[in-house]
Amino acid sequence: MNLLTQPVGPMHYLLVGAVLFVCGVICMTAKRNALGVLMGIELVLNGATLNFVAFGSRFLRGDSASSLGLDGQLMALFVIVLAAAEAAVALAIALNFYHTHATIDVDDASELKG
Amino acid sequence: MSVAIQWHSLFFLLMALAACGAALAVVLSANVVRMAFWLVVSLGAVAGLFFLAGADLVGTLQLMVYVGGTLVLLVFGVMLTARQPFVDMRTAPTQWLVAALVGASLLAVLWQAALSVDRWAGRGQTLADRQAQAEPTAAPLGLALVGVRVDKPDQADPRLRDGMAGYLLPFEVISVHLVVVLIGAAHLARAKRRPTSPEPPQTPRTPE
Repeated sequence: MNLLTQPVGPMHYLLVGAVLFVCGVICMTAKRNALGVLMGIELVLNGATLNFVAFGSRFLRGDSASSLGLDGQLMALFVIVLAAAEAAVALAIALNFYHTHATIDVDDASELKG
Repeated sequence: MSVAIQWHSLFFLLMALAACGAALAVVLSANVVRMAFWLVVSLGAVAGLFFLAGADLVGTLQLMVYVGGTLVLLVFGVMLTARQPFVDMRTAPTQWLVAALVGASLLAVLWQAALSVDRWAGRGQTLADRQAQAEPTAAPLGLALVGVRVDKPDQADPRLRDGMAGYLLPFEVISVHLVVVLIGAAHLARAKRRPTSPEPPQTPRTPE
């Protein structure tokens, strides 16, 4: 398949979203910096948003009657706003952790471990 | 069957490569400042993908709220915590191995799921679909947020018509949620003034 001469469909958007999602998951699991974990969450949210927009776009689907339409874009807007809220709270928690423990390493946040 | 280059596909390819490459760079770079930079590139390229899908308002908000707001917040967090031992934090190779294994299996599942539906490949597009004019989506999106769905006015099924009632309640909920969260975050992150400081601030623990 030659991508340059064939129209782009939702499938291609899904593949990009899958790569972003997986990169975010690896970031969340492997990074030791708490802010690196936060960046992984942002990547995951963006991969999901990309899928919503792709399914809602009428330029990508042949059968535009069954596409999400505006609902996909509305969900994407909600995800963007929720990501902003999540980043604000998580950053506040990370800064508090930094102030009290003088480190940002998530491996040191083990006081609640059983 | 046209042999000519589809410019839409070409720009999609550019943006997709930028998004995926920058996301990989976020994963692979150990320096947290470079991670933040690559994240900016990746999210900007995703905004370009939104524009290519015809979602102009979502792409604009991605640039303004996400890249311009959320990531600036993250960069501030990076700058406030960027003391020397925390800028370059390496992960143990065994943990990298486990993470790569989980990521590869997840990617295999998602990749196969995306390829498995033939209608998603974009080949069934009619010429009218491909030549559809881009319409601004800001006005219908705004009207949908205040409860009027102008894009689906003639829904035949009465049960589905109830679902077309717009997004007024989620809009209100998310507005109140955002206010609560931002006040809470400001309260959490405020500088705590201690009346006396008997001991000097403790030295940072170096990561093993």
